[in-house]
Formats: sequence, C-alpha cells, structure tokens
Amino acid sequence: MSLFRKTGRGVVDDSKVINFTFDGKAYQGLEGDTVASALLANGNHLMGRSFKYHRPRGVLGAGWEEPNALIAVDRGKGRVTPNVRATTQEIYEGLKAESQNRSPNLKFDMGAFNNAFSMFFPAGFYNKTFMWPKSFWDKVYEPFIRNMAGLGPAPDADDPDVYASTYGHCETLIIGAGPAGIAAALSASKSGERIILVDENAHMGGSLRSTPNIEIGGKPASKWLEASLKALTKAENVTLMTRTTATGYYHDNFVALAERVKHHIPNAKIGKVREALHRIRAGKVILAQGGIERPLVFNGNDRPGIMLASAAQTYLGQYGVAVGNEVAVFTSHDSAYQAAFDVADANTRIAAIIDVRSTIRDDLIMGATQRGIKIIKSAAITKTFGKLRVNACEVYEPESGKKTKINCDAILMCGGWTPSLHLWSHSKGGIKWDADLAAYIPDMPNENAVCIGACNGDFGVAAALSAGHKAGGGRKAYKTNEIEFGSGVVLSSLPSYLDSSKQKAFVDFQNDVTEKDIKLAVSEGFKSIEHVKRYTTNGMATDQGKTSNLNALEIASKAVGKPIEKVGLTTFRPPYTPTTFGTFTGYRDNELFDPTRKTPIDPWAEANGAAFEPVGHWRRAWYFPKDGEDMHAAVARECKATRESLGIFDASTLGKIEVVGPDAAKFMNLMYTNPWSKLPALGCRYGLMCREDGYIYDDGVVGRMAEDRFHVTTTTGGAPRVYRHMEDYLQTEFPELDVWLTSTTEQWAVIAINGPNARKLIEPFVEGIDLSPEAFPHMTLREGKICGVPTRLFRVSFTGELGFEINIPAHYGRLVWENLFEAGQQYNICPYGTETMHVLRAEKGFIIVGQDTDGTVTAHDAGMSWAVSKKKRDFVGKRSLARPDLVAKGRKQLIGLLTENPNEVLEEGAQIVDDPNQAIPMDMLGHVTSSYWSEPLGRSIAMAVVRDGFDRMDETLSIPMPGKVIKAKVVKPVFYDPKGERLNVV
Amino acid sequence: MFEIHCPYCNEKRSEIEFAYAGEAHYVRPTAQEQTEMSDEDWSRYMFIRDNIRGEHAERWWHNSGCNMFFNAIRDTVTDKFVMTYKMGQPRRTETQIEAARKNNAEQKAKS
Ligand SMILES: [Zn+2]
Repeated sequence: MSLFRKTGRGVVDDSKVINFTFDGKAYQGLEGDTVASALLANGNHLMGRSFKYHRPRGVLGAGWEEPNALIAVDRGKGRVTPNVRATTQEIYEGLKAESQNRSPNLKFDMGAFNNAFSMFFPAGFYNKTFMWPKSFWDKVYEPFIRNMAGLGPAPDADDPDVYASTYGHCETLIIGAGPAGIAAALSASKSGERIILVDENAHMGGSLRSTPNIEIGGKPASKWLEASLKALTKAENVTLMTRTTATGYYHDNFVALAERVKHHIPNAKIGKVREALHRIRAGKVILAQGGIERPLVFNGNDRPGIMLASAAQTYLGQYGVAVGNEVAVFTSHDSAYQAAFDVADANTRIAAIIDVRSTIRDDLIMGATQRGIKIIKSAAITKTFGKLRVNACEVYEPESGKKTKINCDAILMCGGWTPSLHLWSHSKGGIKWDADLAAYIPDMPNENAVCIGACNGDFGVAAALSAGHKAGGGRKAYKTNEIEFGSGVVLSSLPSYLDSSKQKAFVDFQNDVTEKDIKLAVSEGFKSIEHVKRYTTNGMATDQGKTSNLNALEIASKAVGKPIEKVGLTTFRPPYTPTTFGTFTGYRDNELFDPTRKTPIDPWAEANGAAFEPVGHWRRAWYFPKDGEDMHAAVARECKATRESLGIFDASTLGKIEVVGPDAAKFMNLMYTNPWSKLPALGCRYGLMCREDGYIYDDGVVGRMAEDRFHVTTTTGGAPRVYRHMEDYLQTEFPELDVWLTSTTEQWAVIAINGPNARKLIEPFVEGIDLSPEAFPHMTLREGKICGVPTRLFRVSFTGELGFEINIPAHYGRLVWENLFEAGQQYNICPYGTETMHVLRAEKGFIIVGQDTDGTVTAHDAGMSWAVSKKKRDFVGKRSLARPDLVAKGRKQLIGLLTENPNEVLEEGAQIVDDPNQAIPMDMLGHVTSSYWSEPLGRSIAMAVVRDGFDRMDETLSIPMPGKVIKAKVVKPVFYDPKGERLNVV
Repeated sequence: MFEIHCPYCNEKRSEIEFAYAGEAHYVRPTAQEQTEMSDEDWSRYMFIRDNIRGEHAERWWHNSGCNMFFNAIRDTVTDKFVMTYKMGQPRRTETQIEAARKNNAEQKAKS
C-alpha cells in the first residue's frame, strides 16, 4: 500500500487492486478510485499541461469542475475519448490513460517554450498578431495556429460503439444527489408519484462522501447515507440514476440526461450500449447541483500540488487518499478550516493555515490550536516553488512586511464558494447578487423549478437537508454537529509586494488566463463581461469556467470601476459538461442517420446491379452498368436503347397529391400558374407552381380524373414542401374552398415506358383501354387494368419518345415491372436510371426544378411564359410577377449552349462570360445548369441561365476553366426532335 | 423543446410534432386588392414582418399530428406560449392575452 493511501475510508475497496497505465507507465489503484485519486495515492500530482503555455499542472479539483487534469482514454482504434477529466474517470483493470497537450512527454514538454515567452502572449495576442502581412496567412500563421489549437487527439476512425436514446416522464426530477437532493427524494417519494434522482458521480451522496464523520441526528453521515439510499432503492416510485449528467435544461421542463453506461467497465464489448441520452419531461424540477469552491488568484497558484481545499477533503473522505505529507492551507473563507482539520485528523501535517483575514472565528482558532496547527493571519502567499510539484511557498505579511518561506508538498486554497447555477440558467431562471456570499444566487424561476442547498446559497449539510426535505413536500428540520459553514471575504486582488506585471496569477487554468490578461482587456476598452470573456477566452474552455467565472468577474468589475452586480454574469449554455457526439447521435447512425425511402421496384434494381444515388430521402437507381461499364458508357447505351426501341424506368418516387372536392379546380387555379377550368376529365396538363414571390417552386404533370378530382404529381424532392404549401393556403387563405388534399406518393408505384415500341409492349397486358393514338392521344389518361391490376394509365413523355406512365397500387409495382420486363425482351427493353432520364429530358429542353432553376427564376426566365395563364384573375405568385424587378431587362434567362468542340462537355456550375480577356473579377453573365454528352446527337449539350439570354441567340460566349477557355454558342434549349414528331409513332 | 397546446387536438404535445409557420394575421389581399396595390405595398405584404419583442402572434402547423395550422401568442422575451387558437379566429386583444396569462399563472400555482 502506498504512502498516501489511508486505509478503511470512503468508497474504495482496499482488497481489490486494479492495474492501469498512465502515459504507458503501470500504476495500481483500488476499485472505486478515479484516475486522479489513484495517481495521487501513488504520489503523482503531475497530470497535464496547460493549453497556451504548456505549464505543468496537477489536479485543481476532485470532480466535474476540474480544469487541469484532462486525459485521453484509449480503448483502441476509433475508441479514444479525449478531454476526459482524470477526476471523474473511474479506473478499471487495463485502463489506458494518456495525458494531453504535451510533446514529447509530460515531464519534458517542448511547447513549454511558450511559457518562457509568456510576455509575448497577452490577451488578444492572436487577434493582434496574425494580421499582416497577407503572405503569412497560409504559410506561417495557419500552421502555427493549427499546431496550437485543439485539446486532445481528434478521432482517426469511425466510432464502433453503440449509443442509445430514450424518452422518460416523471412528476419530479431531482438533479444532484448530495444531502439536499437525497432529502428531497426521501420526502417526495412519500407522494407515490414518479421521482427520478440523478447524480453525475458513480456514488450518490455528494458532499456527505467528503465529510463522512459529521453526525446527522446523532448518526454518522455515512450511516445516514446508507440507510437513505436503501430506502430510496426500495421505493418503487423512485428511479435512481448514477453516472448520469443533466447536460441541458430546455423549455417546459425538458431535461437531457447523459448516462455513461460502460465508462467504468473493463473490456466493454462493442455492440453493447456505451452511453445513453435520456430525454425527460418532468412536472417539477428540483435542482440540487451544489456549489463549487473558488481558487485564490495568487502568483504561482497553478503549480502541481496546489488545489482546492474541498478537493483534498474529497480525496481523503471518498478515496482515502492524502494529497501530501506536509500541507499548507491558504484561505479567505471559514470553510477551509474544516478541510484542514479533516486532513490533520488523518495524520497529515498542516504546515500552516494562511488566512488573508485579520479576525478569525474563535471556534476555528480553538480547533486549530487543539490540533497544533499554526494560523498566520492577515497574510498571503506571494510565491510558490518547485518545478513539477510544489515544494515550498513564500508567505507575506503586509503589515510587517515579513516574508517567510514555508516548506510544503501541497497547498489547499479556498477563495469562497460559487453556487452552481448552470441548469437554472439554462432554464432562464433569474439570478441576483448576494453580497454576503459574494456570489450570484437564484431569483425568480422561469419554469416549474426550485434550487435547493448550496446551489441556492444555503451552504452546510443541515441547511441542505432541511431545504431538500421541504422541496420534496416535507418539513423535517435536520440537526448536525458540523462546524458552522461560515463566511469569507472576497478580494479582487490579494496582498503582494510584487509588481503585478511580474506575476503569474491564474484565473482560468484551462485556458491560461491570468489576472493581468483580464486587466489588460479592460484597459483596452472591453467593458462588457461578455466581451472580456471572448477577448481573454476566460471561461471558454471545456470546463466553461466553473472555477474561474466569479474570480474573473471580481477582477473585471474592479478594473471597470463598477459594482459586480452591474457588470453581470456571462451566460451558461448547455451542455453542462462536455458530452460526446455519440450521446447526441444515439441510434441515429449510419443507415439510421436519416431514413432511406425505397420504391417497391428497388429490390429488382438492386438484384440487377443498379448503381444508386440519393434523391431527397429516396434511394434511386442511377444507372444499370453492364459488363464493367462506367457511368458514361452505361448512360450512352441506355439513352440509345430507349430512343431506338424501348426503355423502362422506375418513376415511383414522383410526389403525388390527390386534390378532391367540389372546389378542386378553383383551388388548382390558385395554386398553379396554368388554367385548369377547361381541362376535361381524363385530360393531362403540365403544371407549374410558383411561390407568392413569383419564382418557380415546383412542376409536374397533373391528370384530371373527374370534374372534382385531380391526380397531381410533384418533383421527387419537392413532394413534402408542395403538400405543406397547398395545406397552408387551403387552411389559412382559402378556407372557404371545399377541397381535400391527400398525399398519395407511397400509394402508387409508377413505371415509365418510353420508346417507339412502348405501345406494342403494353398492349397485350392492358384491359379496358383502347390504346390507339386516336382513342388515347398524348397528354391524356385512362383508367383500366394492366396485368390484371387496376391502373391509372397516363400517356405522357419526359423523354420526347412515345411514352406511358403506368400508376398501379404500390404493392403490385414489382409484379407489373417484372411482367413488362420479361415481355420487353423481344424489343431489347433497357432499364434505365435517373442519369439517363436527366439526359433524355435535357435533349428535349425540359427543366429540372432545383437544377435549372434556383429559387430566383420565373416562368418567363425559364422560357415557359406559355404555362402562365393571362386570363386568371388570381393565382399564387401573380402579383409578384408584375413587380418591376421581375419584368426588368437584365434577368438571367434559360438558354441552350453548344460547345464549339462537340466533344467538350461543360461542367455544371461553370461561370459564363462575354470576353474572357477582361480583368479579374470578370463580369459574369450566368452559369451552366445542365450539361451532358448526348449519344443520339453525337455531341455535348448544355443548358444555362444567362443575362438577357433570349436576346443572345447565336452569340458565342466563353466559359473560362482552369488552363483553358471553352467557347459555346447560344441556342434554343431544344436539341432533339424540336417538332415533337417522335411522340406520334404508331 | 416546447410543449404546445394544439387547439384542434385540444392537447399539449411535444414540439417535435409541430413546425413553425411564420407570423400570423397577415391576410393575403384579394385579387381585386392586388391589382389596386402599389408595388411598394405589395412588397411590404410579401417581405416585411414585425419581429416583435413581447407578444408575438404566429402560426404553427401540427404536421405530425392532426395536420392543422393554428395561431399562437408567444412571448418572445420569456419564450413562453401564452395561448393558442384556431385558424380564422381574430387577432387576440390585449385583454384576452392578459386573461390567458392570468389563467396560466393560476394553473401553474395549482400544480
Ligand atoms: Zn392537432
């Protein structure tokens, strides 16, 4: 057993030795230890390097507030967790922990040269330095900043672990299981309502674990705790959750709980839930978050071995670890005396208690005297000594000017206490300044919530217990024998004889912000605390300033010359402590990240070797490569086969909305630019939809099934927003119309058959429909049967060939597809995907909304004025189309482009200019929206939006590309069969 | 994550079931009004909203629920819903909003 282990104390099991490594070196700890307590038990205080100056650092705290001792826990490839607090990571057999922010190792760190030059790194250093010359930006400054930035190793592989998420509900959620939270749970549990009590630590008990020897109602705190937890475990309406952090408090008592399920388990298997996010909606929230002790800001206050007094108490009470052999205590508050007495009672020598105050409570003096502890009043530590661990300090007494060097291997400091208002602030609860505590405490709630115990400013065990019992609906008053928690003084700077510019007095340990930096920020004109924070980065590290905010505020308020309550507090934001992406992601990873929609024909495409592409949430067949073809070759073959004979295409993803009711035509007239009143039943029409701003929103073929029924199709990606757009207008602007909208996208499978042999293919399968061109002309629809299945058969074409779109109930989709495919063999039927569909439509100049339009293109700009009714009095977008900007000259208009070199295929998105020799930045006329190789035409084709494009027919424009300029001629965007004769093959 | 009372379902449901739908009580001008409106007035209708600090009348859509659009008064300072009411009902008066606030406070006190 090590020198620093005091056996028989706390939660550790003296009989269970655990082996782990830190920076590759083997250590032993006990079951129940954290990495920090185990290292301290081994006499090792050096656990990290600071962010900016790479100064050696030990632990400052013993819990979640810890700014210094950050480690990476290495569980193999893809399973390295950076920035874990050594003070909260429980050890387990085989744990591998690494220190951070050092190279090559913790004891000798090259980055520490920053420390030697720290006068060159004041607040705002980066903002001031990395400005000019411009040539330094990417060669000098960026590599330097990249090297400096970041904390801990970034992951280099996918995280293979599994994360979970759940929802939960309860009448009362209690956050924090210290004395206040446990007493609240005890009294609330009597109601029989659902109670959840959560604590971020492995064991409930909070401060009671650090002070096991005080008596509650005559019983040792440890016994009271044991009995209380037993009662709560037994109560069926109480759920106890340990290792669970309430990370955020959102509207209407919605609280996120992050549970670390497997962080303490050796060899945790992949496939078992590692972390879980519980989203709780609570009727009432009781916050018992406790308080955090404040460091004292003095020269050299960051040397390993210097820590908060309460931390030493916790290491002793909870883990049975002494933090040193000879300990100095430096305080401005009464509470440090209890810590000193606890340490002394465990047979550790107290070198001295150095108190900045001149008067000290009698009972504290008596307690010290009884233990033979020397108190130095009206004094301060002005220097500390030791390289990787403190070995002495200099005590300065300003009244006499006396300086004494005192040997010590640890210094416990206490600058008062800060109630933890983090979650209270997330909930937008009000706060007010408490001058006695020199801290902010809760004011009016914004949710059904209450703060109790230390986070409400009620310090001490008895106060916490009584407040807890009351919050849970009881009225028990608890009595303890603890030393009165007492009070302290807060000094914005401690007495020193040293020039303040020579001191290294740290405020924010993790971001290396000193007292000097904060004063500098104020002197440079930053008066708002939010600005001081951002300029100095105080409170912006991974600990969010849990130990530094109030000290920074104190210093800033003095420097600004305003009382602290007028300076205000920076805003706390979720998460309370760093939370892994895995916790937030939960199950929604890989294929569950976003749902993938598949058509009924998708399995056939997969079985037949399709390459797929995502379109919206859909997975669509992109092309069907044969015998090692690349996309170019496959698409060329598919286009040729379709134009020459027969192609088959899965169009099931098209959005479909059934518009039904006596006023259906009236509604269609308002929602689309086209006129609908005169479209006869069983007629089809291309519909163009605008938003109220006049720009194209969506398009698609609409079939009129009957006077009062329209079968509307939308683009694949646009279906949800078109449906919402229609519902919005129907419910909000046109509620007098008797119309019903139903999304039917997934009710219909759609098979598009295109090519000269399309009619011949389907003829044998169709019942009850005369397919002859005279009886069934282009742009009409019929109802009947195909393969014995009811169908809405549209004669439409998005390719320019004779075409049919076969709508059948979705679950028959694959059956009909397979029948047609088999019968199509005699015509060399060719399945094609979205790429060929895009090429075939571009050859005809049909637009794709969202590709050839971008939300700033009107029907006129797209050359589709024909689709806009001149006669209708009203439709959505009509008034905007008359706005001066939309009728002005100089608008970008959709035209075709033919490159001078027919083999050159333009890049989509490429910019277009008039004169490529003009100075940069050039006057850009527009850009290429669609561009393909056209196999039937034996050349490339493109569509583009170009300023005043309609007036530029036959002009030659330039497309500058890296290393060359491509010339192209402006043409009408119809490249293939401009007269549309191919629709009429018999 | 709000709990929002849908006036059609007459139930409080979680915010994930809803979508925000912009400021309420901007009535689309009739065809006649549109032809008579200046370009400036039309632009104002189209693009300018009040961005109120305090009691904001806004529309929400219960898209993963009953599919209805409805109106709400939300206090943009406290970020609390004061009341919700059906589409087509008139803009709520100061008195009505005050009464709703009082009622909410009483309900809260009871729980
Ligand atoms: Zn509803």
